[in-house]
Amino acid sequence: MSGAIAARPHRAGWRLPRLGPLWLALPGVIFLGVFFAYPVAQLLGLSLVDPATGAFSTATYQRIAGTDVYLRVLGITFRIAGYTALYSLLIGYPLAYWLARLPDMFRGRMLLFVMVPFWTSYLVKTFAWMIVLGRSGIINALATGSGIVDQPLALLHNEFGVMVGMVHAMVPLAVMTLLPVMAGIDRRLVQAAQTLGASPAHAFWLVYFKLSLPGVAAAGLLVFISSLGFFIVPAFLGGRRETMLAQLIITQIQELLNWPFAGALAAMMLATALISCWLYDRLFGLSTIAGGSAQVSTGRIRDLGLVILGWIAALAGKLAALTRMVLGKRGSGLLLPLVAWLTIAFLVVPTLLVIPLAFTSSQFLEFPPPGYSLTWFETYFASPLWIQATIRSFLVAFATAVAATTVGGFTALALANSRTRWGGLIFAFFLAPMIVPRIVIAVGLFYLFARMGLIATDLGLIIGHTVLAIPFTLVTIAAVLKSYDQRLDQAAATLGANRLRTLVGVTIPLVKGGLVAAFLFAFITSFDELTIAIFISGGIKTTLPKQMWDDMILQLNPTLAAVSVVVFVVVTVMLVTAERFRRTP
Amino acid sequence: MTVVAIQPHGGERPPKLVVEGLCKRYGATTALEASSLSVGEGEFLTLLGPSGSGKTTLLQLICGLVEASEGRVIIDGRDQSRTPVHQRDIGLVFQHYALFPHLTVAENIAFPLKMRGRAAAEIARRVTDTLEMVHLGHLAQRFPRELSGGQQQRVALARCFVYQPSIILMDEPLGALDKKLREHMQIEIKRLHRESGATIVYVTHDQEEALALSDRICLMNHARIEQLGTPREIYERPRTAFAADFIGISNIFRGTATANGALETAHGLFALPDGARCDDGKGALVIRPEHLHLGAEAGNSVSGTVSEIVYAGSETRIIARLGDGATLVLRLGPGETVPGLDERIVAGWQRDKAVLVS
Ligand SMILES: Nc1ncnc2c1ncn2[C@@H]1O[C@H](COP(=O)(O)OP(=O)(O)OP(=O)(O)O)[C@@H](O)[C@H]1O
Ligand SMILES: [Mg+2]
Repeated sequence: MSGAIAARPHRAGWRLPRLGPLWLALPGVIFLGVFFAYPVAQLLGLSLVDPATGAFSTATYQRIAGTDVYLRVLGITFRIAGYTALYSLLIGYPLAYWLARLPDMFRGRMLLFVMVPFWTSYLVKTFAWMIVLGRSGIINALATGSGIVDQPLALLHNEFGVMVGMVHAMVPLAVMTLLPVMAGIDRRLVQAAQTLGASPAHAFWLVYFKLSLPGVAAAGLLVFISSLGFFIVPAFLGGRRETMLAQLIITQIQELLNWPFAGALAAMMLATALISCWLYDRLFGLSTIAGGSAQVSTGRIRDLGLVILGWIAALAGKLAALTRMVLGKRGSGLLLPLVAWLTIAFLVVPTLLVIPLAFTSSQFLEFPPPGYSLTWFETYFASPLWIQATIRSFLVAFATAVAATTVGGFTALALANSRTRWGGLIFAFFLAPMIVPRIVIAVGLFYLFARMGLIATDLGLIIGHTVLAIPFTLVTIAAVLKSYDQRLDQAAATLGANRLRTLVGVTIPLVKGGLVAAFLFAFITSFDELTIAIFISGGIKTTLPKQMWDDMILQLNPTLAAVSVVVFVVVTVMLVTAERFRRTP
Repeated sequence: MTVVAIQPHGGERPPKLVVEGLCKRYGATTALEASSLSVGEGEFLTLLGPSGSGKTTLLQLICGLVEASEGRVIIDGRDQSRTPVHQRDIGLVFQHYALFPHLTVAENIAFPLKMRGRAAAEIARRVTDTLEMVHLGHLAQRFPRELSGGQQQRVALARCFVYQPSIILMDEPLGALDKKLREHMQIEIKRLHRESGATIVYVTHDQEEALALSDRICLMNHARIEQLGTPREIYERPRTAFAADFIGISNIFRGTATANGALETAHGLFALPDGARCDDGKGALVIRPEHLHLGAEAGNSVSGTVSEIVYAGSETRIIARLGDGATLVLRLGPGETVPGLDERIVAGWQRDKAVLVS
């Protein structure tokens, strides 16, 4: 009886090639091949071709190497990205550590303080900082009003402004990368170290910190790579001297139409990202990013690392003793929660400050508002420009979510049922749009779409956004499928070879929560996507983020605050819903 | 190394570890009610009890991983209640070993010595010696995940014994091993205990393990110490029905005491052993299977139907169903006549073999 059931899937399977269930990933592979790998490769190729003759040429790179300005921009980009990674880790680590130690139920709720800022549009966050840090912004209004300073402080359009904006944007990513690694560390190891005679400081540094290092490196890597492609934050919060690579690429294309040059700059950005990944893989193994266990390094470097950690531990031990002397045992115990809450405040408060401004009765963005009214929401709803952009954003986001969830779902299904080594490769390929800087994808797609006549079309936008959203849907659905693996297999075995019935009758109901969450994540990804929209949504047919960007470049006005509130509310509601669905399948 | 003669009672030695009114509450739940006990130098004391009875909590309080709500921990006559974990001279072997995954076997074992700032040469020598002691010399450079469960267990023991703490706490150290390996490791632990002369407080679920290893057993239930004594004391003189039930097989009859020294139960009126009294009127009689024999005894017998006969070589175990569905277990020696299945029997016991418990 059981033999007969077991035999059926085998018989159905032997005629398929060895790829087996991986066929389900094929549509996605083709899609990403055409709309991601090809345009990016083509862009890189352009940088090596003489536009006049079409012959191979490294002239563009020579020009970059020979021009001071470009080298300086490269240097600035690396420096800002490096510092952003460093500060995001320094600020994110204590918060992640605090979150990891919370009881499960409480942590789920606290995590929203990280998730909401993570998904909040960069435009909204940047707008918030312009209001907070500007010459007549909130901080300066408070500082001059209370007489602490008599001249407004220069907080904006300099490196300080950029760093604040960048770190604020990246701390959530750092925390969310650190958390799974920290959650995987057995807390009893720290207790064990203490019973073996290690002081709390030694136990933390020699055991906990050491074990969290792969997470630290992964977080640093992801933040660094994401920061390389930033342009919103430096454009609004930085001055001329904080111009970053992505801004340069945008100028080269939009104003100068210099494709080879843009391609070369994009190639350099991509190369930096890939080299960072490669270094990381050498040191820790890429699988740690996806939650696998880190490979253990051996030899001299490892011994040296342990010695250095020993010194840090000794130093930290002295520092901790000192703190305890000053603050007492109670006081020093409150230090970590205090730091965590301050970090949460840093992440959440600036965005929340936009809300009262949206209801101001004033013509200007002054804080606190002199009075309250709904004027600016009325302006927003009465403006055909804004409303059309909003409707377009919703439609594009909806279509993107459907497409990305479908592709991600089939791919996740393929990977969950596949045991070949192709699975890992395909997974990496599908995650690549998350690693390759968005600006590189956007410029590549622009070049491709220009020849396909997809510029300024909804389809072009949907395709571009789907490329970006696929990694999120795949990861979300794969995580859910993983926890149902066994039941799926059993169901498939008892239902025999009828794959479709298994899918509709068993798999989809089981992973419904994951599917809804993936759909919503993809929706948000598209809904506040700007980079691709800048290039592809042409002329008057804009999306909501593109319209915000144009307005912010022209002039800040309270309508922007009202729009920010709308975007913030939409994204937050979707996110909270997605989280709920992800937790309760 | 000193070899400490095994003595039956903790009380006869100088107390190494004294726990006074130690209590732990987590919000509304009490993980451990105020408990006191004293452990002698070189003694092997086992905490035995069902899941959630507070065994781990008691260990954590003793070594300082958890702060007590009330009570004191006294080691070698000094109050150590406020001493931080790493300064108490206590070793703890965790249930799932808690080996450091990023350190090799040798580095794991060297860890406590390094934390104590010992010289490199001494560390190297002690690590080698200890590895030999647990027969793991050839695995020194492996990482923990490259070891089998039993080998990991021995590394955990070595990491604890290497710095010679005078008190060693072990939390179900053999819980994750299969039966055969458990029995082997029990002998190993016994040997380490003998050779090191350390005072050991050992936690287990398993009564057989407790009986095999311990000088004394501390029986725990519902966050309280139920009974503390040598294995023999607890077996022969259980103080509560729980103790009688948890250690060995017992026939327990609950009831109410009458004025003339008898216990009124659902199965009849039974005479109490000499000198036994129940203070609150309620009590239970415990009769071990080997104290039951076939045939009536005045005032001390029950009748039932044989439902199962288990032949086990030197003895035969008879399981009989009593009137209200309760079961009775009795053991017959080699020479005795074995009744047939479904036969009605009457079983009796000598009055003084029964134990009255609360
Ligand atoms: N950190 C904690 N917070 C709240 N309750 C706790 C905590 N630790 C233990 N408890 C509770 O205290 C009681 C005793 O737990 P303890 O771990 O000591 O039991 P145990 O005897 O070791 O059980 P087991 O044999 O299952 O290990 C349990 O009811 C448990 O739920
Ligand atoms: Mg326990």
